[in-house]
Amino acid sequence: MSNLIFETSREGRRCVILPTSVMHGDDLYPEFTRESALELPEVAEIDIVRHYIGLSRKAHGVDNGFYPLGSCTMKYNPRLNEDTASLAGFAHIHPLQPVHTVNGALKALWHLQQSLCEVTGMDAFTVQPAAGAHGEFTGMLLINAYHQSRKDTARTQVIVPDSAHGTNPASAAMAGYEVISVKSNEKGGVDIDELRSLVSEKTAALMLTNPNTLGLFDENIKEIAQMIHEAGGLLYYDGANLNAIMGLSRPGDMGFDVVHLNLHKTFSTPHGGGGPGSGPVGVKKRLIPFLPNGTIIAKDDALAIKNDDELAIGRMRSFYGNFLTNIRALTYILSLGRDGLKEASMNAVLNANYMMEKLKDLYTVAYPSTCMHEFVVSMEKEKDEYNVSAKDVSKALLDVGIHPPTMYFPQIVHEALMIEPNETESKETLDFAIQAFRDIYHTAMTDGQALRDAPLTTPVKRVDDVLAARSPILIYKKPE
Amino acid sequence: MAQYVPNTKDEQLKMLEEIGKTWNDLLSPIPQGVRLNRELDLPPGISEFEVMAKMASYAKENKVFTTVLRGAGAYRHLIPSVVRHLSAREEFVTAYTPYQAEFSQGILQSIFEYQTMICQLTGMDASNASVYDGASAVAEAVNMTVDRKRRRALLSSNLDPQSIMTVQTYTQHLPIDVEIIPSKDGRLDLDWLKDHLTEDLACVVIQHPNYFGILEDTQAISDVVHSTKAKMIVSVNPISLAVFKEPRAYGADIAVGEAQPLGLNIAFGGPYLGFMATTSDMVRKLPGRIVGQTLDLDGKRAFVLTLQAREQHIRREKASSSLCSNQAHCALTAAMYLTSMGPVGLKDVASQCYHKAHFLQKQLAALDFKLKFDQPFFHEFVTTTPVSTNKIVQHLEQHDILAGLPLDGRTMLWCVTEAVSEKEIHTVLRLLEEVSK
Ligand SMILES: Cc1ncc(COP(=O)(O)O)c(C=O)c1O
Repeated sequence: MSNLIFETSREGRRCVILPTSVMHGDDLYPEFTRESALELPEVAEIDIVRHYIGLSRKAHGVDNGFYPLGSCTMKYNPRLNEDTASLAGFAHIHPLQPVHTVNGALKALWHLQQSLCEVTGMDAFTVQPAAGAHGEFTGMLLINAYHQSRKDTARTQVIVPDSAHGTNPASAAMAGYEVISVKSNEKGGVDIDELRSLVSEKTAALMLTNPNTLGLFDENIKEIAQMIHEAGGLLYYDGANLNAIMGLSRPGDMGFDVVHLNLHKTFSTPHGGGGPGSGPVGVKKRLIPFLPNGTIIAKDDALAIKNDDELAIGRMRSFYGNFLTNIRALTYILSLGRDGLKEASMNAVLNANYMMEKLKDLYTVAYPSTCMHEFVVSMEKEKDEYNVSAKDVSKALLDVGIHPPTMYFPQIVHEALMIEPNETESKETLDFAIQAFRDIYHTAMTDGQALRDAPLTTPVKRVDDVLAARSPILIYKKPE
Repeated sequence: MAQYVPNTKDEQLKMLEEIGKTWNDLLSPIPQGVRLNRELDLPPGISEFEVMAKMASYAKENKVFTTVLRGAGAYRHLIPSVVRHLSAREEFVTAYTPYQAEFSQGILQSIFEYQTMICQLTGMDASNASVYDGASAVAEAVNMTVDRKRRRALLSSNLDPQSIMTVQTYTQHLPIDVEIIPSKDGRLDLDWLKDHLTEDLACVVIQHPNYFGILEDTQAISDVVHSTKAKMIVSVNPISLAVFKEPRAYGADIAVGEAQPLGLNIAFGGPYLGFMATTSDMVRKLPGRIVGQTLDLDGKRAFVLTLQAREQHIRREKASSSLCSNQAHCALTAAMYLTSMGPVGLKDVASQCYHKAHFLQKQLAALDFKLKFDQPFFHEFVTTTPVSTNKIVQHLEQHDILAGLPLDGRTMLWCVTEAVSEKEIHTVLRLLEEVSK
């Protein structure tokens, strides 16, 4: 069963047959004709089915079990979303059809954009960015365009907390900014004093995640916003953690000028084994002119697609974004409505606090105040004293069918495990996970080797990632 | 209503009680000054049946054409049932990036196989696990080739205009000069290129077949580019590689492209699939996830995310890109598509596209739709039109046919894939004859 599809291949086997066509246009141009073999798999339909069903059984999604992967919001992905995204009127329309033949698509995207405006307190959205990091990059370009439009050209720095996700500094750098790191304080928030010393006439923006990657709401958010704005900078909101605050608090009201959301997190679109996601970007009024080409806009009482606009930052990709992903998110918003979104956030917060309270006597919670939708524990002490690491705990969780938390992030917490249970998990599931975490902790104290040997029940034992990087084998090569 | 929260109100209260907290306690970290002290101005939640009705009403306002003669970056091909069914397996759909290798061998192996297939198609040594789409793949490729000494990127004007704009957008604040290579008779102007080679040239980017469907003189371009130490980036249609030379054969350094044709719906522009492949000496410059083969503790073959020292979660602002989530599920779908077609099937797809397009072009010529550029092409071509393009679009639309893309009032970019039947092609010709009179 663990054959590669290339090893399953048998010369001459076929799966799909096309309709016959005898139409002849021209002979193929000899100078362009491929000479080398094309070694794609040759299999029958039953072979491909068995192969991929076999692979699917060696994968684990939210549908298989608890997936408290912090920062990623692995909530349940409603089946309804899949059905709406499969409607022929969405799945089979060409992106360059005449506009009057895609009114429904424009209306749906506009509906989504307007809903996201209300949830976040922003004035306009673009749904073009394909993922969170893409949204960040978009946001940085928007901020740059804004400052340039005001001839405020000396702003070369973007400030990013040391607890920020790696994509934040990387996206700021892609937009040409110098990245300045600001420390976190003892409560896990931004160190206000250090921030004050870093803010200057060079500050283009501060990128902030709130609640942050420790699952904590920054209590000084108003003061931070004021400080940045007074210095002429803008405030960028990484919305990866919006799941904690829907209907409770809005980045737009906190003072943020630009936000990105991760629809594949907060708005229940499936993660697909790594993507596609969707990373819409919302802005306050003064930044609207710069939104990219390909954004759905209202113009003269009709919906239109922004095109070749002088002020726009350009475009982030082709067409209008991950459309079917956006359709799924709209489906979710309609399903939950104002009451459901709020209830989702409140239960995300409840579930996280429930788990935290029930683990904190054993596990060291890095910042043990009331958390929002996630919390971070540190295995630093256990690593020092018992040689049991965050990774060992994670691997042991695999043996009880739980996807481990995010490991080693945020980097400011050593041996970090970031736990995000999500609102779509029941009390029984949480209780089961709590017991598993506790049992593993006890094993760590008594038999650390057992954890270092984990996992035992997975299709492969612990995988050697050092070997993989040292002598990379990145594709299959047929044995000589 | 939150249909997807399993815990009842009573259970929620019980949980609060167990941890000795109230709802107010839990929300206390949100400072009063930034609380939303009202309900969101959205309608209340509704049942899934009502949601479906609403979404279906939006879908119904869109016209699904029976016949599509429009490509320009989005291509309708036949998609086998087996691809749709297998890609919908929940384990694939509801997992995330395979950080935990032991729990994700199925996903990792599927990506490893995808990478292999992309390298088979392009002749390259390594592929990443995907990027957002074809246009952003071009932009990422340009970034791969630029360093302190080489900061000039030359883009063929025959690239998809969206790719050109995406590159310009991506690089606008980086120390990269992007210039456009003019076009001559629908192909890259080689003489211009020869005259504009400089020491600081990082890369030359072409599309093949180009935006107008035309096959570029790839070998000649490659020779010119490599007469300096610059890199050649080619954006290719993966279907065409079943019949046309793979980029490695003419010396391309990076092959990228839009892999939507490999089993993905046209879906109003996304999700699509950007692929990127390169030679072994440039692997460490690739952005995004890469899967490698390794061993587990027992010495058994296993797969894992690798070469992560390039990536944002390790390198932060020094990473090769900020790319994190990619288009993994689209890559999985593409691999399933390629597997279901196999080498013979894919060749059949490509040659049907080729022959049907060439057939239509010849017949159109007889109706006074003149070929704009007399150049070799794959499955797209540009003609002038005997009547206004508007008139053509409207006439065909009445018969559920999406005409080619009007480039201006009297030129049109046509596309024919295997999904257009012989019968449909004859119908199209009949209708065009009608409208041209
Ligand atoms: C806090 C935070 N910011 C940004 C991102 C990037 O989002 P994406 O993976 O969609 O690009 C993530 C996702 O992992 C995240 O957790």
